[in-house]
Amino acid sequence: ASEKPLSSCPTYSYHTLLWTTVRLICTTTAVQKRNVGASGPEKYTEAFIKKQIEEFNLGKRHLANMMGEDPETFTQEDIDRAIAYLFPSGLFDKRARPLMKHPTEVFPEQRKIQWGEDGRPFHFLFYTGKQSYYSLMHVSMLFVINNVSSQSSNICDILNRNLAGSRWLTKIELEEMLLEKVSDNDYSRFIQLLQKLATLPCADIEEKYIQKFSKEVPAQLQKVVIEPLQHDERGVAFSTGEGKRKTARATAVVYDNGTGRITVNGIDILHYFPVLQDREQLLFPFQFLGRIGKHDMVCTVSGGGRSAQAGAIRLASAKALRSFVTEKEVEFMRQAGLLTVDPRVKERKKPGQEGPRRKFTWKKR
Amino acid sequence: MERYPATKGGGRGATATAPGRARPAPQEAESAADLPPLLLLHRPRALRRARSMALPRLLRAAAPRLYSTVPAPAPAPAPAGNRPRADDDKLLTEPLSHPDFFSVKELFTLKDLFDARVHLGHKKGCRHRFMEPYIFGCRLDQDIIDLDQTMQHLQLALNFTAHVAYRGGIILFVSRRRQFCHLVESTARACGEYAHTRYWQGGLLTNAHIQFGPGVRLPDLLIFLNTLNNVFEPHVAIRDAAKMNIPTVGVVDTNCNPCLITYPIPGNDDSPAAVELYCKLFRMTIIRAKDKRRQSEAVEELQRKAQGK
Repeated sequence: ASEKPLSSCPTYSYHTLLWTTVRLICTTTAVQKRNVGASGPEKYTEAFIKKQIEEFNLGKRHLANMMGEDPETFTQEDIDRAIAYLFPSGLFDKRARPLMKHPTEVFPEQRKIQWGEDGRPFHFLFYTGKQSYYSLMHVSMLFVINNVSSQSSNICDILNRNLAGSRWLTKIELEEMLLEKVSDNDYSRFIQLLQKLATLPCADIEEKYIQKFSKEVPAQLQKVVIEPLQHDERGVAFSTGEGKRKTARATAVVYDNGTGRITVNGIDILHYFPVLQDREQLLFPFQFLGRIGKHDMVCTVSGGGRSAQAGAIRLASAKALRSFVTEKEVEFMRQAGLLTVDPRVKERKKPGQEGPRRKFTWKKR
Repeated sequence: MERYPATKGGGRGATATAPGRARPAPQEAESAADLPPLLLLHRPRALRRARSMALPRLLRAAAPRLYSTVPAPAPAPAPAGNRPRADDDKLLTEPLSHPDFFSVKELFTLKDLFDARVHLGHKKGCRHRFMEPYIFGCRLDQDIIDLDQTMQHLQLALNFTAHVAYRGGIILFVSRRRQFCHLVESTARACGEYAHTRYWQGGLLTNAHIQFGPGVRLPDLLIFLNTLNNVFEPHVAIRDAAKMNIPTVGVVDTNCNPCLITYPIPGNDDSPAAVELYCKLFRMTIIRAKDKRRQSEAVEELQRKAQGK
């Protein structure tokens, strides 16, 4: 029962008005309907949704006119902005604010009533409870049965399908596709059936059917492209590389036909890195390849401390040297760990502890 | 309160028939004209059950669906268009006056049943006590089902199915054999009816208004192509259908319990040939009944138009 606003009531005496409003407040739908929650989510008929869509479209045009814009090109963002302007709300939760969306977004698909006027359900597997899932199993089984009966030895067909570069749909993706909950057992059974279908020799229709449920996996091992050598104005071959370590970022340009001079940020290596350990780090890639006196290097580095900068330049120079060297030696460098970014960074301090690992001093009392 | 004429049959479904007693020969039902129209959908041929304890009148007179809080939907589907009530009654009562309105007998012969290996039962050790009346004999430890009785039962069952389909009833095929799951689902689809050959969730029939939503219509007939489930126990749907007053037709093998099934069909449920035969027969009956209904309605329309002019 809805409560009528006082303005729309006919002119009764004050006493009658009070009495009617009191009566209206008493009878609520909560009392009439027993155990509303137990009846499950509300269901909507097709006709109801159609009516809602018509009302939405009409309302959209009215709103466009109100805002002084063209009704034909009034998009959802415009609607949202218009509603926010016309009905400003101070509520914190965005979902509690007034909204005007297309009914298909407001009334979820699976809540439509699944039977017609005479009560007969539309789907022949309605009484199983999980009609979409079981109809999917039914169709897949149909394919399997048809293919098992026609056993032809076309092995090349099976090999053509590149199963290595694809994966099956995940359970969540399947749930989204079917618009109903799928249990783990059901999902695994479905995947088993698809795998069985995949192993059988298939025709085009089955291929297309399987493709609906498989997704491309982007190749994880991307072949690293080694850039070719570039030449500067003097005709000297050079190559660039970038590297990082902790917070330090470095770029290195390695020139051919050099004498082994290394410059960092315009400063000579002896002055920039007084410590021997850092200079050793810089020279390691060259020493590994046996090209110590053969290359010149100009680097820029920023961030980090002295050790981090040394490590960053080492990585950058190793990457640059790849262009000068054969593939086998690149593989050797990779195995030596010259081309791997060092993942170690400073660990954060945790609350309740003095440092990342150090706990506060334990006091017995 | 509706008054029910004293019938020699008890209530359908919920009573257990003592198989030891002699079953009356299947005769024509007494004319259904004295039954109130509300009950016509549920019991056109249920009057020939063996003598058993009659359910108390009060129980039968109560609402048919004892377990739901929402009142049961109207038994007959809402008539399409503006057909007058008199025509409806004529359409519905006319088939009941014939013993075999849909000529179900001509769909199968004894030889068909024999060729489909319907007479082969399980071994002697698996025999269920209540199946003894239906067994012809035992050969080398294997039970042989009496095909004469099977013929009679099959004719009754098919006739009942045809009547239910004629009145636009919802028919649900149930089977829990994985081998025949696909076949049964395809049969149901071909008839335009429904199938359930998967795991049976507990409250499908008894808790339907919560599981499916308020206002759902339950099946008017359950057909079991296999009465047992995967662990060789009676299917839960038999008991649930009996609880919900839904008539059942079921193929009962020598290891099954025919007690709660309204129209048992003693026969083999394991051979593919036998199950294919049953599916074919049910499919043909249902399609035949629906076609007949459409024809009768079309004839009615023409007659009324002629009269109207």
